[in-house]
Parts: sequence; structure tokens; C-alpha cells
Amino acid sequence: MGNNLDALTTVFTEFYYWVTVVFMFLIHVGFCMYEVGVSRRRNHMHTLMKNTMVIPTIGITFYLFGWWVYTAFINGPGITGPMNWEAAAASLPWSQTMAPNMQDHITGVFWAAFLLFSWTTASIVSGSIIERMRSGAFWLIAVLVGSFLWILDASWGWHPNGWMVKVLGYHDAYASGVVHAIAGGAALAALIVLGPRIGKFAADGTPRDIPPQNPWLVTIGIFLIYTGFWGFYAACNIPIISPEGIGGQITGATWTATTIYFTPTSLSAITFNFILALCGGMLAVYIISNGDAFWTYSGGLAGIIAASAGNDLYHPIQAFFIGAIVPCIAYKMHYFVERTFKIDDAVGAVAVHGYCGFIGVVVAGFLLWGAPSSPYEGYAAISPWGNFVGAVIMFALGFVPVLIFARLLDAAGLLRVPREVELLGLDYKSHAAYEEAVAAVQQAEKNAA
Amino acid sequence: MSTIGYSNWAVDLANVGPIYPFQGWEWAMVIAAFAFWIIWHIVQIAQENREYAEDKSKGYSKEHANHSIDRY
Repeated sequence: MGNNLDALTTVFTEFYYWVTVVFMFLIHVGFCMYEVGVSRRRNHMHTLMKNTMVIPTIGITFYLFGWWVYTAFINGPGITGPMNWEAAAASLPWSQTMAPNMQDHITGVFWAAFLLFSWTTASIVSGSIIERMRSGAFWLIAVLVGSFLWILDASWGWHPNGWMVKVLGYHDAYASGVVHAIAGGAALAALIVLGPRIGKFAADGTPRDIPPQNPWLVTIGIFLIYTGFWGFYAACNIPIISPEGIGGQITGATWTATTIYFTPTSLSAITFNFILALCGGMLAVYIISNGDAFWTYSGGLAGIIAASAGNDLYHPIQAFFIGAIVPCIAYKMHYFVERTFKIDDAVGAVAVHGYCGFIGVVVAGFLLWGAPSSPYEGYAAISPWGNFVGAVIMFALGFVPVLIFARLLDAAGLLRVPREVELLGLDYKSHAAYEEAVAAVQQAEKNAA
Repeated sequence: MSTIGYSNWAVDLANVGPIYPFQGWEWAMVIAAFAFWIIWHIVQIAQENREYAEDKSKGYSKEHANHSIDRY
């Protein structure tokens, strides 16, 4: 750190990202509550642990190679240039900046912010496959999605020098496609191979509702996800940077917050848009679902996801209407896909994240048509075509690899729990031990009474 | 052509104000938002009326009421 202003900016930026990491932990508390609440009681501890272990499995792999992917693959490679070996070397696990280093106050907190996005991407898949995927299989898929696929898509479309930004003008400021569409695509692929829960569909194909064990816990879990999502939004921004620091076309001396693309925005702007998109989603889905609590809460989240691609620039009322309309489309698509293709998505993750994320990116291409995607010269402008192609890439980058990998796991007999275990309940052994222990101590107390 | 009024960021941010799409159409957006809000309340109340009417006609009996009360 050179002079006092540099020092202050560095320390502020370090603290800023640290705080976002703390907030984003709440997303995972929320996911755990939500999944446990949706599951049936005989499966709920396995469901909890399935989501919980996303944290260490992705934590270690994101340190070992995930973070390196972000810088290494910005050119494709082979689209706008070769593999970015030199710049990415600093992200290798043996690099001296990937550890306490008094010359670097930023890498740890920035890495951690991205790690939290990785956990989120994998946890999105976790909810849809509850009660019948083997935990071991899910954790392998989680590492594939969280420590490789999403960070590859971020390298391409969520990096200031990513090839999708340069060539397509791809704009996705708060990760509608980069996190949500790719996770939705991954979830859909896993669901296709996995198959539905036993009893989900009647003989004639009619879907049955499998009620959550605790609907109240589910909604409070989503409420916590809303809270953690604030950290996600803040972490997607660069909090403060000078025009010299950006090194692009911006002139003058005004420091600014920016998106990950170094395009100007402000925390105030995204606060307006986050809230109005949430409101639009909740209001619209409340009506369309006849006041269903689960869908209303999910609708709020879906609204934020749909507006996220352009929430750095939208007018709040535009964010409101995007947040209202897109989740309604996704809600209808969820039930259409369920009926038509017999897809058992326990929590509607493909709809809330996949369809809303995809459509949100496409909408941004239209609403922000012609706006600059970057402060650097020679980058394509934002366009409907560029964002549509980008949305397809994001969804496919989740769908195709996970489809292949899930098929391999299935062929090896590793994907789905045995039928007998599914019927007994994933917690059968621990629950039987619990009942035995309760009976033993109760008997002991009665004997002593 | 750019919906936000800027086709590049070769600007001095000291001179930049609104950056949202379709500046000048704020009045239309506000009217649409007001309309949505009012219509929402009308639709919601109508939905609620239908739900209560259905509960009363199909759901109510002394036995069901006692069961609900016992369920707490």
C-alpha cells in the first residue's frame, strides 16, 4: 500500500468483501432450513448433511483449482486468445498471494466472495434432487458445478476481460445466467437422469404433491436466503475505484463503484432494484399461486434473479415489472415440465433459477440494447442477440456436462439410493438408533422413579 | 443507439446523472406501477372472497369446526 489514500481504499475494500462473505453465509443457513423443511421427516438429517457438506468439498477444491480457472480461461481459450497462464499463476494454490502476505490484502476476501457464489451455485442443485440422490454422487456433482463449471462461465462472461463480454457484449451484472441459469441447467440434467421420487407420479402420470414436513421452516429459510442475497449483490460490485484504476475510457477524477465489468453503478442503484424486483416477484406469484406461501417466497427470489442481469442499470419500476412477469412464466413452466416430462423438482429450483435466470439475461439484452458492456474500447455493446447466445451458453454449460456426468455415475450404480433405502428413509439407521436410545434412557428413568 | 443514452463509457462521471433505460418515460412507468398496485388489491380481495365462500360451503360443519379447534 503506497500513500494513505491507497491504504484507506485497500482496507475499505478488504473489509467490504469480508462483510459480504459473512452475509452470504446466511444463504447457506437458509438453504439448509429450506431443504430440511421440504424433505420428509424420515430423510431430513441426510438432506441437511447433503447440503452442509457442499461447504468443505467446494471450499477445498475452489482453493486448489477453482479460483485458478477464473483467470486462466478468460479467452476461451482459443476465442479471443490463448490460456491466460501467466496472470492465472497468482491463483495457483502454491502462489504466495494465496496465503497471508502483507503485500496483498485483497486476494483472500475476493477469493472468499467467489467461493460463496460457488457454494450457492451447488446448493441450488441440492434442493431439487432431495430424498433420492446419493450424497456421495451429489458432492461430486457439486464440485463439478461449484469448482469448475460456474467459475468457467464466470471466466467467460463475468470477468472484465472475458471473451463473452468482448465478443457478445454479454451483460449479467448480478449473475442471472452466470450463477442461476447454469445451476438450473445442471439441476435439470441431474433430474432427468435421476428420475422422480417413488410415489411422485401416479400410474397415469398425474403428479402427486409430496407435502413438506415443515412449510414454516421452508419459508423462513427462503427469507434468510433473501437476507444473504444482499451480501451477494454487494459482493458482485467493486466498491470503489478511480478512473485510473479502471484504466479504460472513463475520464475525469470521479471515483465510483462498478460492476464486475468495471462499468459504473452504485450500491444505491442496486438497493432500489433489488427491493423492487423482490416486491414484483412476491406480488405477482402470490396471485398466480393463490397465496401459496412457498411459491410466494420463491417468487420473490425468482423476481430478484430475473432482474439481476441488468439491475446495475434498470429503473426500479423496470426491475419491478421484470420481477413480476418473469417468475409467473417460470411458475407455469415448472408445472408444464413436471406434467409433460415427469420431472420431479422438489423445490422448483429449475424454474426459479434456471428459467428465471435464462429469461432474465435475454430481457437485459433488449432493455439495455446498445449500452456499453465495458469501459474498455473494442468491446461489443449489449444486444438481444449477444445476451441470448450468452444465456444459451450459460444454461448449456450446466446442463450438458452434468447430464454426461450423472449418466456415468448412474452407470456405475452410484447415483441413486437403493429403492429399499428410499422407502425406509435415508435416516433409517440413525432414527432407529435414536428410538432405541430414547427407550433405554426412559426405561432407566422409570426404574429409578 | 442505446436505451440508456450512452453508447460508450468515454465520459467524465462528474457529468453523468441517470443511467437507466428509457429516460423520459418515468411518468408512464409510474402510472403502470400505480395501476399494478391497485389492480393487485382488487384481484387479491376477489380471490380471498372466493376462498372463504368455498371454505364455508364445502368445509364447514360442526364436526369439522370441532376437529379444527382440537387441532389448535
